[in-house]
Amino acid sequence: MAVTEVRITIHPAGTDPVQIAEKIKELFPEQVIEVVNFRDQVSVIIKKDMVFAILKYLHDDPLFSFDHLQDLTAVDYLKKKDLRFEVVYNLYSMKYRHQIRIRAQVADDKPSISTVVPIWEGANWHERECYDMFGIRFNGHPDPRRILMPEDWEGYPLRKDYPLKGPELENDWIGFREVLKRSQELKEFEWEG
Amino acid sequence: MIDTSAMGLIQVEEDVKILPPNIIITSFDKIINWGRLSSMWPTTFGLACCAIEMMAAGAAHNDLDRFGIIFRGSPRQADCVIVAGTVTKKMAPVVRRVYDQIPEPRYVIAMGSCACTGGVFRTYSTVQGCDSFLPVDVYVPGCPPRPEALLEGLMMLQEKIRNEKARWSPWR
Repeated sequence: MAVTEVRITIHPAGTDPVQIAEKIKELFPEQVIEVVNFRDQVSVIIKKDMVFAILKYLHDDPLFSFDHLQDLTAVDYLKKKDLRFEVVYNLYSMKYRHQIRIRAQVADDKPSISTVVPIWEGANWHERECYDMFGIRFNGHPDPRRILMPEDWEGYPLRKDYPLKGPELENDWIGFREVLKRSQELKEFEWEG
Repeated sequence: MIDTSAMGLIQVEEDVKILPPNIIITSFDKIINWGRLSSMWPTTFGLACCAIEMMAAGAAHNDLDRFGIIFRGSPRQADCVIVAGTVTKKMAPVVRRVYDQIPEPRYVIAMGSCACTGGVFRTYSTVQGCDSFLPVDVYVPGCPPRPEALLEGLMMLQEKIRNEKARWSPWR
């Protein structure tokens, strides 16, 4: 019977995320606003201007090697923070098994931030969802369309000032109103039982 | 009225008389409704977790086939549609299009709380009950309904078909 030899290279445990945060602070002192440590989950809050350079550095540096973007999303801090949105990047290194969270602040007026699709291909749909739900534009995104809602939907549903129950029927999505209208028109052709 | 008592006809139940050994006299309604309710083919429209229960109802343990209920992939050869799951506004035109393709006479079963009323999803994206754009015949509540509940819903629809008067006919 053939025996397949499996070789697993076990890399040493990764860097403590507090030290990674220190390193980011050292290299980009102007960009880092705050480092938050909540139950050993380290977040680095940064300005949005150099987010691409910082994430590119974290991805490329052989000591950190953040080769996996676990998640990309946004948070709406309406009336809680001066800069309304934060785009959140959860990074993970498959090689070293360490992780860190980067949060980039984005202002309310025409919110936009650099795309990270050139770094992690998987960010493509995450950024589309983020645009769909929060209206944050990702500059340089290869396909900046909505992903979940219909393309002619108005508004961004996960914003805190969006009504949970959605718009009133007369202002509802045109596709849905057309279905209701068509179902009324076709009613006369039903074979009533 | 023809007096049939002298012809040797035996009434076995309402509207059914037999002339031994092998002549049966009955009404169109009775025979056609019987045929239709005994081979009711729903088109599959699984939208959410209710679809899993619908599949379970069709699988070996509950076995819809024994009632002549066979899932049909094409709405054009189906008799009814089981709307199994949450109908979003984006999906509503698609559900309606599938329903429009079913030939008359046709029926709709709304399966689960979401299809009946929108359920817990009182939100911007969810249709608050698919009866807003479909004529629903049977509502099956539950989240999701057990296969037995769906079976009861289908039995109710069969009962409805059994009592119909000439709905099968285009020249009523």
